[in-house]
Amino acid sequence: MDALDVSRWQFGITTVYHFIFVPLTIGLAPLIAVMQTVWVITGNTAWYRLTRFFGKLFLINFALGVATGIVQEFQFGMNWSEYSRFVGDIFGAPLAMEGLVAFFFESTFIGLWIFGWTRLPRLVHLACIWIVAIAVNMSAFFIIAANSFMQHPVGAHYNPATGRAELTSIVALFTNNTAIAAFSHAVAGAFLTAGVFVAGVCAWWMVRSHKFNGEDARTMYRPATILGCLVVLVSAVALFFTGDTQGKLMFSQQPMKMASAESLCSTETDPEFSILTVGTHNNCDSVTHLIEVPYVLPFLAEGKFSGVTLQGVKDLQQQDQQRFGAGDYRPNLFVTYWAFRMMVGLLAIPVLFAMAALWLTRGGRIPNQRWFSWFALLTIPTPFLANSAGWVFTEMGRQPWIVVPNPTGDQMVRLTVHQGISGHGAGIVVFSLVTFTLIYGLLAVIWFWLIRRYVVEGPQEHDSEPAPPAPPGDEAAPLSFAY
Amino acid sequence: MGLQQFWFLLVAVLFLGFFILEGFDFGVGMLMVPLGRVAKGDPEMHRRAVLNTIGPVWDGNEVWLITAGGAMFAAFPGWYATVFSGLYLPLLVILVGMILRIVAIEWRGKVDDPKWRSWADVGIAVGSWLPAVLWGVAFAALLRGLPVDAHHNVHLSVTDVLNVYTLLGGLATAGLFALHGAVFIALKTADSVRDDALRFAAWLSLPVTALVAVFGVWTQLAHGKAWTWPVLAVAVVAQFGAITLVWGRSREGWAFLLTTLVVAAVVVLLFGALYPNLVPSTLNPGWSVTIYNASSTPYTLKIMTWAALIFAPLVIAYQGWTYWVFRRRISAEAIPESIGLSRRAP
Repeated sequence: MDALDVSRWQFGITTVYHFIFVPLTIGLAPLIAVMQTVWVITGNTAWYRLTRFFGKLFLINFALGVATGIVQEFQFGMNWSEYSRFVGDIFGAPLAMEGLVAFFFESTFIGLWIFGWTRLPRLVHLACIWIVAIAVNMSAFFIIAANSFMQHPVGAHYNPATGRAELTSIVALFTNNTAIAAFSHAVAGAFLTAGVFVAGVCAWWMVRSHKFNGEDARTMYRPATILGCLVVLVSAVALFFTGDTQGKLMFSQQPMKMASAESLCSTETDPEFSILTVGTHNNCDSVTHLIEVPYVLPFLAEGKFSGVTLQGVKDLQQQDQQRFGAGDYRPNLFVTYWAFRMMVGLLAIPVLFAMAALWLTRGGRIPNQRWFSWFALLTIPTPFLANSAGWVFTEMGRQPWIVVPNPTGDQMVRLTVHQGISGHGAGIVVFSLVTFTLIYGLLAVIWFWLIRRYVVEGPQEHDSEPAPPAPPGDEAAPLSFAY
Repeated sequence: MGLQQFWFLLVAVLFLGFFILEGFDFGVGMLMVPLGRVAKGDPEMHRRAVLNTIGPVWDGNEVWLITAGGAMFAAFPGWYATVFSGLYLPLLVILVGMILRIVAIEWRGKVDDPKWRSWADVGIAVGSWLPAVLWGVAFAALLRGLPVDAHHNVHLSVTDVLNVYTLLGGLATAGLFALHGAVFIALKTADSVRDDALRFAAWLSLPVTALVAVFGVWTQLAHGKAWTWPVLAVAVVAQFGAITLVWGRSREGWAFLLTTLVVAAVVVLLFGALYPNLVPSTLNPGWSVTIYNASSTPYTLKIMTWAALIFAPLVIAYQGWTYWVFRRRISAEAIPESIGLSRRAP
């Protein structure tokens, strides 16, 4: 492996790892804000207990998301310095704004929220979690706007004098159709992740406490399960539509990515959508399509059922060679094909679970089936896997480009990963890759253990009643919580 | 003042915020275990009192660095690219330190178990010491210059980063942060924790003054400008003021203001000495990365200027409010009980 391969592995590992925790943060912050709002408005302590319970799980997760996010910001310069030079004029702006406009808010107000339970007036404290919830979603927008420039560069032109890409319109950058579609899609995925998390944990607890504490099951776990399930279903619909929009954009903006995702070798009119293939996937010809469905692919591409011609990998490769010179412009077929199917296919499980849960809890029922509590637990990891698969697909699908040329934009605003890399030797990058992987592996084990421990413990005794606000001038209680 | 100068100033301000705020965070992390060791009474309660002085604010403080990094990327992509790839290993170590520190602080109280907490304490100490030393090393190495080639790439040898001057820089920043942190702890705590912190500050003040003075004078003589002499003078006067106050064991508010001033003066000295270079080249001065050849276009700088002018004052306002909300002193006796779970479910 050369430095390029190792650097790509490092970016892939650190990014996928970061995005295990981030969707839960993005989706759970608003859900906790909703829970706390319900408590503040109704005074129903069940929602207070839920807020505290999920608040703790949120914070265990938040720490790791923040810690791994710093690596993301640093490694563009560390490992992709030529890329950073080439696009810094454009790409740096959303990253800096993310810090200034979003990350400052969430990091400061999360501190106020954790430590301010009795120090702040109830409504001010509630506002803190809402600010966190809005800011984490704004963070997502800035980061995805930056990423979308790599997928579909707009608002920029190439300056031959400096040899760099330059920003021409910040509005175009932030209204990039790819950015808006990808942001909505990623946020919908994040809400689905959090919805499944809340519903899964609470459904498990609902079945568990059915026998010994029916009161908790009825007043706390059942409403929270229903809330989670509704979020799951709404998010699933949103995922379908935003994904469809994104797919249609990709067919026109990055046809190579979609052709790879379909293992479509040659240009065809009304090709069939493939569900199962066998083969080594080293190249198009080694793939045998076993199960195929008509009409789906034309609809995905252009919204109609027939009369759609889609370009195949081989033809696109030839076109790209003519436009950009000799080279291999095909992404890894195996990864794009299966990551795409994994992302879409895994969506079925949360949807089935949500419908099952809503059915079993209908009309005030409290389910006690063992299979259901297992179903709840096993559903929790599925959106995490789907999120990762989605990003693996979208990032691997743009290879070998680091900035995919925009078919209707400035053709010179383009860069391959090969051109974007820093001039490090492979050894030093292997060292950092091994360092990150070991630390990340260790922290993942602790993260999982902590989350599991806190889920199994359930809402705690000391959270059963809201603490009264501290009297003003109370020197004895400077904090309402301490590490 | 042109946009490039303005953004150099703004990046300096972001680092200033980072070093002042995260400076005492690092100091708290460095002194937490030693302060527990000298405590009369339960060392764990003392460690917790110390850690919770930064409890509500450390996370927001850290964003100053994230934003400084983002601002470097946005305003001076050439600087960001050269420094971050050039100083690859020091930055890797800083990142590892920061990751460990974040999870150690946040997870420390989650499990009620002495072994768990002592591992978290290791993470907090390592994660505070490493960046505290390495930021000094990195800035000293920058001032000294790096082997920047004509394409602004750096091919580093060990002595570019590790030499007497950079190590002195690392010790100076680490020492300064420890002192700054000790004074901050004294300001934020009551009773015996406060007394211990003041004692620590007094002990630290003399060696730290020596380190900072040697590093400051060396920096001034080797890289300084005429106008940075008064800056150095401010640092010296403020430092002696701080020494006097911590030896007098009182007025830690003023002492904290003075150590803040010292940190600020050091940052101004570093950035002032660097200007208008961003990375001086040791191979050929013509190959240096400067604010002119590494900057973004005027359009990007203008947009970023608007964003900064609107949001930076807002950030300062609400972060300031956070310090106001949690302004009361913490004592080892009055700290809320730990609500961590036992290691195993009962």
